[in-house]
Amino acid sequence: MDWQALWLSVKLSCFTVVFLIPLAILVGRGLAYFQFRGKSWVEALILVPLVLPPTVIGYYLLVGLGNQSIIGQYVEQMFGQQLVFHFSGLVIASILVNIPFAVQPIQRAYETIPIDIRDAAACCGMSRLRIFMKIELPMVWPGVLTALVLCFSHVLGEFGVVLMLGGNIAGETKTISIAIYDSVQAFDFDSAGMMSLVLLLFAVSALALTTSMSRRLGGHNGATQR
Amino acid sequence: MAPRSADLTCHINQASPIPLVANFTCKAGEVLAVVGPSGGGKTTLLRMIAGLATPKHGHIKCGDAMWFDANSSLSLTPQQRHIGYMPQHFGLFPHLSALENVIAGLDHVPKAIRKQRALDWLERVNLHGLPDRLPTQLSGGQRQRVALARALAREPSILLLDEPFSAVDRETRERLYIELARLKLQLSIPVIMVTHDIHEALLLADKMMLISQGKMLQQGKPFEVLSHPNDEAVARQMGLRNIFDGQVVEQDATRNMTWFTLGDKLIVSDSSPHVSQGQAIRWVIPNQGIRFNAISSGRLCKSLNKLDVLIESVLVMGESSRVIASIIGIGSVINADVPTHLVDKLGLQVGMQTTIALKSEQIHILNASS
Repeated sequence: MDWQALWLSVKLSCFTVVFLIPLAILVGRGLAYFQFRGKSWVEALILVPLVLPPTVIGYYLLVGLGNQSIIGQYVEQMFGQQLVFHFSGLVIASILVNIPFAVQPIQRAYETIPIDIRDAAACCGMSRLRIFMKIELPMVWPGVLTALVLCFSHVLGEFGVVLMLGGNIAGETKTISIAIYDSVQAFDFDSAGMMSLVLLLFAVSALALTTSMSRRLGGHNGATQR
Repeated sequence: MAPRSADLTCHINQASPIPLVANFTCKAGEVLAVVGPSGGGKTTLLRMIAGLATPKHGHIKCGDAMWFDANSSLSLTPQQRHIGYMPQHFGLFPHLSALENVIAGLDHVPKAIRKQRALDWLERVNLHGLPDRLPTQLSGGQRQRVALARALAREPSILLLDEPFSAVDRETRERLYIELARLKLQLSIPVIMVTHDIHEALLLADKMMLISQGKMLQQGKPFEVLSHPNDEAVARQMGLRNIFDGQVVEQDATRNMTWFTLGDKLIVSDSSPHVSQGQAIRWVIPNQGIRFNAISSGRLCKSLNKLDVLIESVLVMGESSRVIASIIGIGSVINADVPTHLVDKLGLQVGMQTTIALKSEQIHILNASS
């Protein structure tokens, strides 16, 4: 069991959800509430990571964030650190790859809030912040939790993009999925089996939780009022 | 803060995205019913007054306070307008109890007194002993009352009700009519109620405004609109079915009478609209202007407007029956809702020939539809 790789994966998942979930709430809310020209294109763009092979995403990120790119050069100049083959690069890659997993459940959750409730909240005199905190968040939390669990578990099991962008540097970019791959390559099936079991148990638990949350969301937002 | 008594003036004019033209004033203490078919722009109008949607042109004013003015790009938020709004499906916050829902509308009062104030409002709408229940644990009527309590607890400058009775069963609706009628007497603010039900408007409103496809067709006192629809579109929207063609024969303005023909029959109306001799007209008679007189009963109508009819169908619908009869010699069909006990008493049945009388004071000559 490669504890260092497991810890790195957990750390990467935590960083990803901390940055991604607030962003996804903003984007999901905006997509659920507002109609604008080009909305379908934005939604399609958000879903792209779901259909592209991880190696393709990894390739574009490698080219886009590498030290030959404008972003890569700028970051290296500013912070003296390159993004590729570094943990920070993995965080950026994980955020980008997991956008659909974060935005979709939150957008769906926002879409279930009846317009009557939004109107009533505004007419009750509540400020936007208060509506968000007191009305919207308690109503969309199953969606937020689903997004959080999906992203966390997906980052934990991410392989292709991580390998393309981060390589396999122990303690820096070697995540648990890469450690499993390494173990299999080295015929260490005991380690590989143990790590795989950890990921499997986590994935099943996460899916059970998200399914339960989705069901709860179905009857949560006053659907019976309609 | 006590409810402020100020009239609401609304002038809205837009062609897109939803065409809507509305010009009206709703006085403090007055209930204005906005009536029209679904998709006619009623809810959009209400949302514009609430500040939830923005009209393209016009202005909305409550007393001296300008809420919206397209010319000066002024548009107050719903929060700033301080309104009470009850959406069609009540808009109760599903995760909050009945009490917490009402408290949500009490941001304008000190925190310490919010709970007691909310309990008082729940009491006022006759919702006793249920403050801790979630909306899903309440019946339709109870939810409606919580929503009403929340809207009124805000001590609003105007109360907006969107189809307030559409989501409750008939029995509850009847009870709520009485409660709203009682509440109306205590309110000194403009109340605007959107409904598609003419009956509700006649029952509860001081004034009604008919709206269809975004156009304001007519406004006035409900029974005035019912008895004097401006044109055929209004008459049809008011549910009047007996609309006929006629030709003016004579008019006596001093006696306020107009004679016209229906086929070869002469009909008189106790009105003298601006029509000329020989002019083709459309005229209408509401249900209450039609009297059935069974020949078998031996009683004769005293009215001038007597027509022989052949009953084609009698459809019993509970306490009322729909009688459809063709006018003999003319062919036009007349529809009348007659109390079922009267149908039995007069022995009205399919195939029977009888006489009907049209009350001359109820006959209304329509303006040509625009």
